[in-house]
Amino acid sequence: MSQLVKPASGRSSGKGIGAFLAGNSVPIMFILICAVCIPISGFSVPYLLNEIMSRLGRNAFLILSLLIPIMAGMGLNFGMTLGAMAGEIALIFVSDWQIWGIPGMVLAMIVSIPFSVLLGLFCGKILNMAKGREMITSYIISFFINGVYQLVVLYMMGPIIPIAHSSIKLPRGYGIRNTVSLLNMRQSLDNAVSFRIGGVKIPVITLLIIAAMCLLIVWFRRTKLGQDMRAVGQDLQVAKDAGIDVERTRIISIVISTVLAGIGMIIYLQNMGNLSTYSSHSQVGMFCIAALLVGGASVDRASIGNVFLGVILFHTMFIVAPNAGTKITGDSMIGEYFRVFVSYGVITVALIMYETKKRRARASMGRQLEAEQQEAMRA
Amino acid sequence: MSETVNKTPTTFRERVMEALRSFGLPRLIIAGFLLLLFILAPFVNADLPMQITNTINRFSWNAVLVLAMVPMVHSGCGLNFGLPLGIVAGLLGGTLSIELGFRGPMSFFTSVLIATPFALLFGVGYGWLLNHIKGGEMMIATYVGFSSVSFMCMMWLLLPYHSPNMVWGLSGKGLRTTISLEGYYDKALANFLQINIGKFSIPVGTLLFFALLAFCMWAFLHTKTGTAMTAVGSNPTFARAAGINVDKIRLLSVVMSTWLGAVGILVYQQGFGFIQLYNAPFYMALPAVSAILIGGASVNKASIMNVIIGTFLFQGIVTMTPTVMNNMIHMDMSEVIRMIASNGMILYALTRKTEVRR
Amino acid sequence: MPKEVVKRMTTAKQTGAPLLEMRNVKKNFFGNQVLTDINLKLEAGQVLGLVGENGAGKTTLMKILFGMDEIRETGGYGGDIFLNGEKVNFSSPFDALAKGIGMVHQEFSLIPGFTATENILLNREPKKENVVSLVFGERMNTLERREMDRQSEAAIEKMGVRIDENMLINNMPVGHKQFTEIARELSKEQLQLLILDEPTAVLTEHEAVALLDSIRGMASRGIAVIFITHRLQEILSVCDKVAVMRDGCLVQNVNAKDTSVQEITRWMVGRNISSGENKHRQLAHQNVIMSIRHLWVDMPGETVRDVNLDVFEGEILGIGGLAGQGKLGIPNGVMGLYEAGGQVTFRGNEIALNAPRRCLDASLAFVSEDRRGVGLLLDESLEWNIAFPAMQIQNKFLKSYLGGLIKWRDEKAIRDVTEKYIDELAIKCTSSRQNAKELSGGNQQKVCLAKAFALEPQFLFVSEPTRGIDVGAKSLVLNALKKFNQESGVTIVMISSELEELRQVCDRIAIVSGGRIAGILPASDSSEDFGMLMVSQVK
Repeated sequence: MSQLVKPASGRSSGKGIGAFLAGNSVPIMFILICAVCIPISGFSVPYLLNEIMSRLGRNAFLILSLLIPIMAGMGLNFGMTLGAMAGEIALIFVSDWQIWGIPGMVLAMIVSIPFSVLLGLFCGKILNMAKGREMITSYIISFFINGVYQLVVLYMMGPIIPIAHSSIKLPRGYGIRNTVSLLNMRQSLDNAVSFRIGGVKIPVITLLIIAAMCLLIVWFRRTKLGQDMRAVGQDLQVAKDAGIDVERTRIISIVISTVLAGIGMIIYLQNMGNLSTYSSHSQVGMFCIAALLVGGASVDRASIGNVFLGVILFHTMFIVAPNAGTKITGDSMIGEYFRVFVSYGVITVALIMYETKKRRARASMGRQLEAEQQEAMRA
Repeated sequence: MSETVNKTPTTFRERVMEALRSFGLPRLIIAGFLLLLFILAPFVNADLPMQITNTINRFSWNAVLVLAMVPMVHSGCGLNFGLPLGIVAGLLGGTLSIELGFRGPMSFFTSVLIATPFALLFGVGYGWLLNHIKGGEMMIATYVGFSSVSFMCMMWLLLPYHSPNMVWGLSGKGLRTTISLEGYYDKALANFLQINIGKFSIPVGTLLFFALLAFCMWAFLHTKTGTAMTAVGSNPTFARAAGINVDKIRLLSVVMSTWLGAVGILVYQQGFGFIQLYNAPFYMALPAVSAILIGGASVNKASIMNVIIGTFLFQGIVTMTPTVMNNMIHMDMSEVIRMIASNGMILYALTRKTEVRR
Repeated sequence: MPKEVVKRMTTAKQTGAPLLEMRNVKKNFFGNQVLTDINLKLEAGQVLGLVGENGAGKTTLMKILFGMDEIRETGGYGGDIFLNGEKVNFSSPFDALAKGIGMVHQEFSLIPGFTATENILLNREPKKENVVSLVFGERMNTLERREMDRQSEAAIEKMGVRIDENMLINNMPVGHKQFTEIARELSKEQLQLLILDEPTAVLTEHEAVALLDSIRGMASRGIAVIFITHRLQEILSVCDKVAVMRDGCLVQNVNAKDTSVQEITRWMVGRNISSGENKHRQLAHQNVIMSIRHLWVDMPGETVRDVNLDVFEGEILGIGGLAGQGKLGIPNGVMGLYEAGGQVTFRGNEIALNAPRRCLDASLAFVSEDRRGVGLLLDESLEWNIAFPAMQIQNKFLKSYLGGLIKWRDEKAIRDVTEKYIDELAIKCTSSRQNAKELSGGNQQKVCLAKAFALEPQFLFVSEPTRGIDVGAKSLVLNALKKFNQESGVTIVMISSELEELRQVCDRIAIVSGGRIAGILPASDSSEDFGMLMVSQVK
């Protein structure tokens, strides 16, 4: 990566602070929002730090799963919801088998993988048929698969797919309850090894897993497959002419992303301690994407740094907004709506910036021609 | 390189196959499914006249929202996933009309009137934005819709509404999530010329209102400007070379779509009897989008006929599946089936190869 | 004339077979013969200069040699190709690469965010095995960056031109991108034959000199080079042999040292047909109807620089020149389709640039060279295609209601005018409601003409009216234009790559070279004079 950055930074340093501000407008805006809201909300610093640390452990892995499709030029993978659903199905099975704690989590992760791979293959195949509009298509795929997921979980689990334990079944005898308690698994990973620094709980194992994932992604960029993905992401036709199997590479990138999202979802849910069977996954995609964008990523470029900056800024805003909203307007709902609005707004702004950048890329060669000609006439 | 002269299908069989192919497999499945529901209905003791009445009623509520897709599809802006923006304008019209004290069926027309300037304003802004991001319309439209709805969530709480029929009783401010339209424009159109034959009940007024709008749309597409709009959608470079101001036409189409969205939600409310605020408009675009696609439209071609057929098929499935399924297997799978069918339809349309355009 | 036509060899297995031999290679596109009996021989270490006007078949010939997909998709080719005496028939460019043929295309094929090294070794990176790759297969191998650097440095060394192998393509001057492409081909160990398609077109003079040196260097290492260019001087300075193509035939194949720029030019353009076909009219009065001053146009690949041109009322003016020299930019710029600057006056009134509507209002019309992209509404009926501009610009085919408030499409008037042109231009279609995309290329072109005629313009730009259409349709289109000019007195400016076609139809012909007007000659002047103008300022 270092060699990638060199020429660009060399140039932008010449333009100074203005360019830096323009290039990082979204994170800077969020820093300002947080700076205003934190004092108003009245939360104590240790409380805030504790919350942020907890959310970092909960969300970072999920957000990391978005990086690889961006590298392969497929934009923000709204289809990561598919992985989340695979993770949920695995958790339902595992809690039916009554395997708890860390063994339960590991088993859930293993069980989720075949589902994730299948869903990822499906998603990748469809996206290959819709080149150029991957994002809207992956967004609709997430709705479509949500329908299939409900069909399976609400109707097939029980009569067709054996579910033994009645505590997770609906009273009518089939289908899964709206909430599946994961109490026996709750924060088992976070608490396995943990200590406190100044009142802030550090979930060591979770952080280690996230760190390992980051290293894996860094390493992945240096592999042949990673190189191919970068090539495919930047110019599909050139990559194809060079003999890279473009379609396959794109599918692999989506499959990897889906598998990681499935594992990430299990980490996420063990921290939450319960599973909202029909709604946990539906918002997760949006919040992860918003967080990544808040961290300064764009549709075609995202780094590990963006992930962490994004989690911290976005979730700080998320924690303090309701309280700050209540303090300012006297209505507790305002802050809730505000943070939803900000999440959507940030994605909208990022998409708009991406599209306008693509348009502006066509250089204004005309001006250059005119200048040349005038010079020639003067001479 | 497809310089081949048109291959006209010769045999009857080829012609049938050709027609089927252009109709599309998913559409066929959905139409067949509805037909099956109608056939099954009497056998499972579903009340068929009741079902048909329901279907027609729901058709009349939703048709205008589906019609709102047409202008933007025609001008090449793609499927209007930003429909919630128009809906927000309609909601402003409806609530302001009540706030200002208009009552009875009259309030429907004042709602439309008040919604219009909002729709025009939003439409111009939205159109201006879409002109700057050509090629990425659909994704951005989706999120513009979401952003506007979530922004309005805050506004519904903050705007100084006072009408006791709309605000929370306790605090005396902030609009309720659901507002009853009784005494206002509940059934304002539906009761006009309503026909009741036995169990059948047809909301002629609403249908006429839709017919009027649909006729205006049809007529517009036959005028000079309407022709230009279709050409812009078909090949923007051609239109530009023919002296058309492409951006202006696209802007016009977005404004029209937004206005129809605003009117569409008001028509929906007068049938439904309630105004739904806050999160309700979030996912209103998807049923409208899939309805017009089921009716035979594609990402860049749509006609009034597509609107009528699509709305009918979609609403038919929505009303028929719960009863028939319930009576048959005592399981209400309608929500799930609707989700799979409608999103599957949108997926199908998105993965169709649009013609090669440079 | 063809002195050096390759003698047929009796056996292919003869020792010392040439590196490359083509025997009777031919190709047709949809009944259009684009290559006829090409015979060519090339030894290892030889440099062959391949020249010819655009459309002469150079690119098609190279595409056949390189096994490009579009050749197979359009029905393959005739004749045989031998490599080192062994008959080959590549089913994809990858086969050609494996046999040691490399090609540098006119368009860059580089990944913009990669360094030169990464591009040079794209998909051929040296790799190291690791634990993961043993399980998941070789795509998980890690790249060996140091080895990559070494290999790309070696390739750059071989080329003999210094470029920074760690620089991103994005940040490179255009010439260095070209060198990166060449280095990529040279980095392939098995490379025996390198095809360079107009490599110097984008280079500065200094870079071009360096490239020529590097070509000599490659040849001395035993690599054969086929060098396609319009800069004839370069051919003479670097090539061993020169092959001249014209109308799909190899008309000359001589040693470079035995010929001259003048001679090559004559071979390129020259049928010695006296242009008796077109009776040259003496225009009664030479009124300037359009004058163009200091026009620049930013049309990618067809840049126009400082063009000054006067068009006389009632004439047919031809604009010719080699591809990429800017002839297409002139009409596209004047008609506002690409960004332009300068001054254009029509009948004494200045016409605003960058505003297609203004031009059409001034009763100019344009038939674009890009039929499918600009010229037609492929998904709409012929009626719409023909009537649309006239309807929008001149309010024709409309019925007015409510005092002009509502302008209703007059379907009958539209059908009538469409049917009139279907008859007049003999457009082959099932009905006036058939979709434009279902017609053949020639008939689509006629629809484009009908569209312009329906505007009843005073001045018509026609760009490449016969590109990609068959012979029969060609003469029909040209005759329709002539008739339109004679009967309606419309001034026509026709842009074409085919000089002979211009000479048949036009009164005067302007030749564009290097984005400028190199000269204007009466159509009756000799092909040779035109040829000299064409290559005069080639950039």
